[in-house]
Amino acid sequence: MKSELEPTKGNKPAFIVEIVILIGLIIGVAFLPINTIAQMIVFLGVLALGAKRLFFNKKYPEYQFQKLTKHSMFFPLISVFFVLLLNVFYDAMQGNNILSFFMIEMKEGALYGRIIDILNRGSEAAILAIGMTLVVSSSAGTDISVGSVMSLAGSLCCMLLAGFGVTHVRSADALQMPILVGVIAGIAIAGVVGLFNGFLVAKMKIQPMVATLIFFTAGRAIGLLLTNNKMVYILLDEFKWFGLGRVWVFPSATVIAAVCIAIMLLILKFTSLGTYVQSVGINSKASRIAGINSVAIILLCYVICGLFAGVAGIVATSRIYSADSNNIGLNLELDAILAVALGGNSLGGGRFNLAGSIIGAYTIQAITTTMYALGVAKAQAPVYKAIIVILIVVVQSQTVKAYFAHRKAQKENSLMVAGRS
Amino acid sequence: MKKKNINNHTILLLITVALFIVLYLGGCLMYGEKGFTKLQVFLDILRNNAGLICIACGMTCVMLTGGIDISVGSLVAMDCMILAVGMEYSHYSPSLLVPFVLVIGVLFGLVQGFLIGYLEIQPFIVTMAGMFFARGMTAMICTDQVNITVENWFKSLAGLKIYMPFELGVVINKRGVHMVPFVDVPVIIALVMVILVFLLLRYTRVGRSMYAVGGSQQSAALMGLNVKRTKMITYVLSSLLCSIGGICYCMNTMCGTTTQALGLEMKAISSSVIGGTLLTGGVGNVFGSFIGVLINGTITSIVSFNGDLTRLGGTVPNVVSAFLLFVFIMLQAIFAKLRERKK
Repeated sequence: MKSELEPTKGNKPAFIVEIVILIGLIIGVAFLPINTIAQMIVFLGVLALGAKRLFFNKKYPEYQFQKLTKHSMFFPLISVFFVLLLNVFYDAMQGNNILSFFMIEMKEGALYGRIIDILNRGSEAAILAIGMTLVVSSSAGTDISVGSVMSLAGSLCCMLLAGFGVTHVRSADALQMPILVGVIAGIAIAGVVGLFNGFLVAKMKIQPMVATLIFFTAGRAIGLLLTNNKMVYILLDEFKWFGLGRVWVFPSATVIAAVCIAIMLLILKFTSLGTYVQSVGINSKASRIAGINSVAIILLCYVICGLFAGVAGIVATSRIYSADSNNIGLNLELDAILAVALGGNSLGGGRFNLAGSIIGAYTIQAITTTMYALGVAKAQAPVYKAIIVILIVVVQSQTVKAYFAHRKAQKENSLMVAGRS
Repeated sequence: MKKKNINNHTILLLITVALFIVLYLGGCLMYGEKGFTKLQVFLDILRNNAGLICIACGMTCVMLTGGIDISVGSLVAMDCMILAVGMEYSHYSPSLLVPFVLVIGVLFGLVQGFLIGYLEIQPFIVTMAGMFFARGMTAMICTDQVNITVENWFKSLAGLKIYMPFELGVVINKRGVHMVPFVDVPVIIALVMVILVFLLLRYTRVGRSMYAVGGSQQSAALMGLNVKRTKMITYVLSSLLCSIGGICYCMNTMCGTTTQALGLEMKAISSSVIGGTLLTGGVGNVFGSFIGVLINGTITSIVSFNGDLTRLGGTVPNVVSAFLLFVFIMLQAIFAKLRERKK
């Protein structure tokens, strides 16, 4: 009797084997010698049958769809899934291989492919999303200064490397200091701005958005003053490495993002920072009474956010090997906030899900890349982005969820009443 | 005898007004010989910021309820583009286009207000989506810069100069011509809007409800106010005022581009904060926001009179404005702490 109600532990390996078989089948579909539209139809059929067998079957009770929807990673992963599906449709319509989105090629010792491109270009947003997640979680507000701070960090770095008023650095002799010192200075200034923001939010109890509005306005402007209102070019391969180079076969920006993520995950794993941050976010007064220095925790979150903004700024600056204060990190703060929201985090603070935010950041990049592939002009892309955002937040909205739960309860109620009479 | 109660927020407003006077007098002393003392300089500050004044009024209302509306800059760009393309390419009459733009504003506000008020989604996210949407729509309508060259009442209204009565502040220039200071139609519209919104907030049921909702949503609900509807009306009002501001903006620039009014939302927010509106809601005044816009305008004006700063580009006003924002935020925080201690 008991074994029927409770899932047996032997189910998990079987589940994994079935998933592997499903993936194998899907890859097999891509090599069927029929035209791509037909391939797509077969693909969808396999996917639907597989999903039905795995998630809508009593066979694996712990992986039931109803249960999965409650999981914190469900939302980010389902958005990724839909973006990938959209790409499969697009490739089928174009007559490409339906899985060409996932194809990775080796060219001149580096990896190429659309996935790699997304992982590369999404680096800045992913790095920002790490810090933003902590800020949102601890202070229930957003740091809107990160985009400006990115530009400030890049400008300071280039200014220090080139010297004030110099616009082009073409050889290593012209450098005023080692590249690494400039880079560290750029990241440090971003940390200082984070400290300033954190002081205003944690100590002075100012709303995060207003506090960070100061550097949202000033960051870019100070960057322009530092570079004397000109573009500063650093035309050195060592400097270009941060954004355009590669580590073994991977783009270096991706590697930098991965390192940042790894550092943060290690910190969260081996210290109790994560728990403290969440507890401060849920109730800062109660946390203080429980012995957590909530001011210091919020301050620390803003400093971390600032430092990561600095790193992202260096990557973005290195990508165009010049300090372009007006355009570096433009609107990237919105992407970072959106990534946090997409990751299933509440913008009201409290519990956070770092992996979700990072997946969210890459999802946004995937959406952007997909839209460009579909032939949407760069300036028009925001319209679709807006529609996607609204759909996501409406689905996530507590009111909508409560409404549907109410409808369902009513339906069941009436069925019960009907059954009784 | 009852002593008149001057609370902290009145002090903030007084500080704002004092700062404006000090800044303006400072400008007069520094650049008096260059002509800063002329009445026309002051009127030009009004003329350049007429659209922003309308938008700041709407932003103040939204901030009073504890929300935020960052879609305004993009909405202005969309309005300008609709007006420009409608007149220039499609040859519609402005009598049709101006009401159309206002209707668009109301619809935009209705959708945002519904999502924020009834579905209880965070205002920042909803209006961010609104910002993306409006900016993208502007590009969908047209990606080029469209200048309005068609002769119609809109253009003649935009070019209309309203001279000061009674020869007030007349300057006689080197050639001996009487230069009578003037304002234009957007300024009049903006001033009317300030007065209307001031009256709305002070004397109507909707306006008082906005203060109540911002002060404490739960208390307002317990008092029997319809919180959701009040919030929705606020966003509709904000978008409507923004559309009016967009029309003023279009009259000033007479063109539509995709990059128009970039960052205007942050200017409006900082003006409101400098004017003493709390972002937590419940406290604020349209008059303060009006002064806030003037302070930002004066800074820009002083910088433009100073040759050295102008050479550094348009960034110096941003730094000064950010510094002022910092000062005001600190003042607000200190007052809030003092009040807590008193309790």
